[in-house]
Amino acid sequence: MEIPIIMGTETEYGISVKNAREQDPVAASTLVVNAYKSCRDDIPSTATAVTWDYDQERPLMDARGFMAEAETPISETDTSSAVNDILINGGRYYVDHAHPEYCTPECANARDLLLYEKAGELILEVSRVAAERLLLDNQEIIIYKNNTDYKGHSYGAHENFLMSRKVPFDAIVDGLMPFLVTRIIITGSGKVGTENGSEEADYQISQRADFFEKEVGLSTMVNRPLINTRDEPHADDKLYRRLHVIVGDSNMSELSIYLKVGITSIALQLIEKGVVGKQFTLKEPVAAIKSISRDLSCKEPIELADGQQLSPIEVQRAYLKLAQQYLTPEERTPIVEDVLEKWQYVLDNLEIDPRRLSRHLDWIIKKKLLDAYRQRHGYEWDDAHLRMMDLQYHDIRPDKGLYIRLLKNGHVQRLLNHEEIVHAMHYPPVDTRAYFRGTCLRRFQKHIYSASWNSMIFIGKSGGLDKIMMDRPHFGTQKVVGELLNNCTAEELIKKIRGNASR
Amino acid sequence: MSTEKQQEHLKRHIDETEDMQPDVENGEMDEAFVEDLDSLLDEIDEILEEDSQEFVESYIQRGGQ
Repeated sequence: MEIPIIMGTETEYGISVKNAREQDPVAASTLVVNAYKSCRDDIPSTATAVTWDYDQERPLMDARGFMAEAETPISETDTSSAVNDILINGGRYYVDHAHPEYCTPECANARDLLLYEKAGELILEVSRVAAERLLLDNQEIIIYKNNTDYKGHSYGAHENFLMSRKVPFDAIVDGLMPFLVTRIIITGSGKVGTENGSEEADYQISQRADFFEKEVGLSTMVNRPLINTRDEPHADDKLYRRLHVIVGDSNMSELSIYLKVGITSIALQLIEKGVVGKQFTLKEPVAAIKSISRDLSCKEPIELADGQQLSPIEVQRAYLKLAQQYLTPEERTPIVEDVLEKWQYVLDNLEIDPRRLSRHLDWIIKKKLLDAYRQRHGYEWDDAHLRMMDLQYHDIRPDKGLYIRLLKNGHVQRLLNHEEIVHAMHYPPVDTRAYFRGTCLRRFQKHIYSASWNSMIFIGKSGGLDKIMMDRPHFGTQKVVGELLNNCTAEELIKKIRGNASR
Repeated sequence: MSTEKQQEHLKRHIDETEDMQPDVENGEMDEAFVEDLDSLLDEIDEILEEDSQEFVESYIQRGGQ
């Protein structure tokens, strides 16, 4: 493939302070994010805080080729944007609106991305504990990795995929829409009840489906589109676009996260190859995602634009088949091969009986737990205890989080081990530019003035600033710069890079 | 493929996938889970936030992205 796979996720967490006189989510988020700086032992706490280089941000650039008028509130100008932490694992940790948000570093495969997203959960928990120490004894900070408060307010879990600028945006819309709408049977986190004026149900597959109101658009906060047109590659925009997927749920299950990013990057490869066109175009995608979310059998057919009736399992199978057919041997790396196998595995099992996946996929794991608890106490679906369980499934505290309890008791499928997740809190992936960013922060923090996804600004010897652009996300890897970074000073590094650039 | 053959093919593929064990066989839950279920539900009784009703009602977020 022309463009290497580079992807990352951003997760907004829900936050609440128990026994607070009044809820102030911005203050609570700020407290949590700042607490992480003070509790890390891997960077000297006296070091100058590195700021975020906002010059590189253009959130209103539209993929359809124009610069948009602001249609959503933008946080960059408010005070919360000052709370910003660039992590030595190459990721970013900050306050976005009224939520703590963690962005993974750029990853080159689905397993790494799963690993770094899980590292983010630990980073949130470590800082939550540190922040809680600053509060009154009876107060608790509660953080949920979910997407809703059940009252019509949703916060997102976004995925980002680097793509070639050559692929027309219309082709992405055509090829991706049916895929995204049907993949919720794999990626849904499950939700008790419904909201935002959508059709009632006791339990549904997706947390986010109720919130999507149009097919394509720029907004991420109001009138949300299934396909988001934000076009801000944080890289050379002549070569690349960044596809910003906003329709996904926040997942706890490792398999759900792994497949979510794994199969989506494969679908995008198929679109780049031109093998997915309009053959799966849905008649009414916005209505379809809502009805699929309410069909716990995953078998009810949805109508395609050409009149065909296919179940979401069948649509997913069609993409899988194209992947098996068209991915080249070089593209079928061991991880891609594993993703294909597990994709087939979950589709096969969903077809036989979704309950077969009650160790594997979030919406089914959660449903099993809710069913058992309902039976024990005779609760109806609208009982507050069940909504509480739904929330608490996503609680990131090891002693309170229901998903984490299931994990510890061996009741959910593991793909990672704990040691590697801890390691990923402190070290970047080695095969993207995140390696350069994270390693520079570890080695030269005192010399770094600011950073962003595609830039690093060093403080020069005479106090001036030296900006290094990183416009190729697959450069700056350990293979290329590892030896250099580990054997030179900050000044030597700048000199060396400048020398190469001027040659 | 006939439905029967298709099911057979599905089963075979599933058996071959290492490390992935289906949880429900013929509609029955897996034994390990059933054995643990009671203690797990006891645990949930214990750790579920007290006064669920009030908590759930007061959990209000500002919309994000």
